[in-house]
Amino acid sequence: MNEVFKLLAEGERLNESQMAEILGLSVEEVEAQLAVLKEKELLLGWIPVLNPEKDDSLAVRAAIEVKISPERDGGFNRLAQRISRFDEVESCYLMSGGYDLLVVVKGSSLHKVASFVSERLSTIEGVLSTATHFMLRAYKEQGYLIEQPAEDKARLDVTP
Amino acid sequence: MSQAQNRFIADHVIGLPRSGIRDFFELVAAMKDVISLGIGEPDFTTPWHIREAAIYALEKGRTHYTSNLGLIELRREISAYVGRNFGLEYNPNNEVLVTVGVSEAMDIALRAVLNPGDKVLYQDPCFVSYHPTVLLAHGVGVAIKTDAESAFTLKAEEVKKSWEPGCKVLLINLPCNPTGGVAERKELEEIAKFAVEKDMLVISDEIYAEMTYEGEHVSIGIFPGMRERTIFLHGFSKGWAMTGWRLGYACAPAYLTEAMMKVHQYSMMCASIVAQDAGIEALRNGDEAVKTMRQAYQRRRDLVVRRFNEIGLTCHKPNATFYAFPNITSTGLDSTTFSKRLLEEERVAMVPGTAFGKYGEGFVRCSFATGYDQIVEACNRIERFVNNLK
Repeated sequence: MNEVFKLLAEGERLNESQMAEILGLSVEEVEAQLAVLKEKELLLGWIPVLNPEKDDSLAVRAAIEVKISPERDGGFNRLAQRISRFDEVESCYLMSGGYDLLVVVKGSSLHKVASFVSERLSTIEGVLSTATHFMLRAYKEQGYLIEQPAEDKARLDVTP
Repeated sequence: MSQAQNRFIADHVIGLPRSGIRDFFELVAAMKDVISLGIGEPDFTTPWHIREAAIYALEKGRTHYTSNLGLIELRREISAYVGRNFGLEYNPNNEVLVTVGVSEAMDIALRAVLNPGDKVLYQDPCFVSYHPTVLLAHGVGVAIKTDAESAFTLKAEEVKKSWEPGCKVLLINLPCNPTGGVAERKELEEIAKFAVEKDMLVISDEIYAEMTYEGEHVSIGIFPGMRERTIFLHGFSKGWAMTGWRLGYACAPAYLTEAMMKVHQYSMMCASIVAQDAGIEALRNGDEAVKTMRQAYQRRRDLVVRRFNEIGLTCHKPNATFYAFPNITSTGLDSTTFSKRLLEEERVAMVPGTAFGKYGEGFVRCSFATGYDQIVEACNRIERFVNNLK
C-alpha cells in the first residue's frame, strides 16, 4: 500500500503539506496518492470524530437489531443497502448470530429516533422485527477515549 | 564543595565527572517553549495491556519480594524471547537475572568481574554511564573510537588498535546511544575472534535491538567461543516504552550469573514485582505494539535525517535507535557552543556530542522520539539558526 496510507493508518492528524514534509514527497504527490486511495475506495472520506457527550446533533443514538428476510437474489444486500441510505443511519452491518443487521441510528431527540424506527424502518417490506437499544453514555468513540483523565506524559526535558 | 566537606567523599567519586547531560538539563529546565530533541526515552506511554497487567497484579496483592533472580515465569519468558530473537540459549533457572534496568545490570556485571585497575574497552561515543560505571567498579576505561566516516559502526580494526595489555572486558552497546551505530556481521565476527584471542569478557548491551530498521540485528554472543565469555544485557525500557518501570536483565553462563547475583542480592535484592509482572505481559503479548512503535520511529528518522542534510548538517542514516547524530562542524561551532546557542536563540534542545565521550566532539545527539509536529517545527528552527550563522 502507498506511503500516505501507512501514515494515515498511524492515526496522526495531518494535513497534506505536513504529510508531504514527513514523507519527503511534494504536496502534489501526496494528493495523487490520496486520489488513488479514494479511487480504490480504500479511503472513503474524512469526518471529524465528535464527542457524543457534547455534540447536540448526536443527542440520541441507538443500536437497532434488525431481522430481515433474505431474498433469492442477493440475500440481505438489497434491504441492507436500502436501509443504509437513510441519513439517520450512521452505520449498518450484517451480523452473525441472533439478528441480521446492526443499524446505528442518530437523531436529535428520542422521539425522532423512535419515529424513524416505527415509521421508516419497521415498515419496509422484508423487515421482520426490530429491537432498539438507546445508547446511554459513550466511553470511547472511534478510537478516542472520552472524559477519562488525561495521561500524564510528562517526560524530563533532557535525559541520557 | 569545600576540601573540608570532601574529606567524607571517596576519592574515586570525587574524581567522577559531572554528567554533561545534567548541566544541559538544568539550562533547558529554566527555559520556556523549548522543543526538546534531547530526550533519551520513547515518547510513547507503555502499551495499555502491559499497564493493565500491572494493575491486576496489584489488585491480586502481588506486593512481595521475588526470588533474587526474578520471577521464574518472567525468566522463562526472557529465555524464550532471547532464544527466538537473538539466537542465544540461556537456562531460565540459573542463567537469567532480572535487574532494575540495564543500568543496574551493567553495574553488577562490572562489579562482579573487575579487580581494581582492570581495564575495560568501551566504544566512544557511548551512553553516558559507561565510563563512570567502570570507574565506580574501580576499573580503568579504554575508549574505542567510532566515527562518522563509517556511520559510527564498531570496527574490528579500531578495537584491535585500542586494545592494550590488561584489558579484561570489552563493553559494547550495539545499536548505540547516542550514534545509532551498529556493527556489521563480519566486523562483529572479527571482534568476537579477537575477544577469544585476547581472552576478554564481553558485556553486550543490546537495549535498542528492537529498534533496528534495516538489516538484521546480530548478537556477538552467537559466534564461536563467545557464549562462555559473554554477558548479554537487555531490558524493557526502549522497545516496550517502559523506562520508568526500571526493568532489565542479564543473561550469562551460570558461573557469571551466580557472581552477578551475589552483588545484586546484597544491593538490590530483586526488581519490583509489579514491574516483573508487567514484563511477563510485555513479552507474551507485546510484539505488535513494539512493531507499531518501530514503524513510527523509522518514519521520523527518515524525516530528521533528510532535514539535517538539507540544512547542511551532514547526518548518516542510523540503522537503529531513535537517535540521529548530525555533524555540526560546518557551522564553525563546537558541540557545546552549538547546543547552547541553539537553545538560547531558537529554543531547541539537542545534547552536545561531548556528553557521550571525547569522540563526540563535532556532533550533537538528536532524539527523534517525539511527535511529528514537534520534529517539523524543531527542524525549521534549526534551519533558521544555521542560516543565521552564515
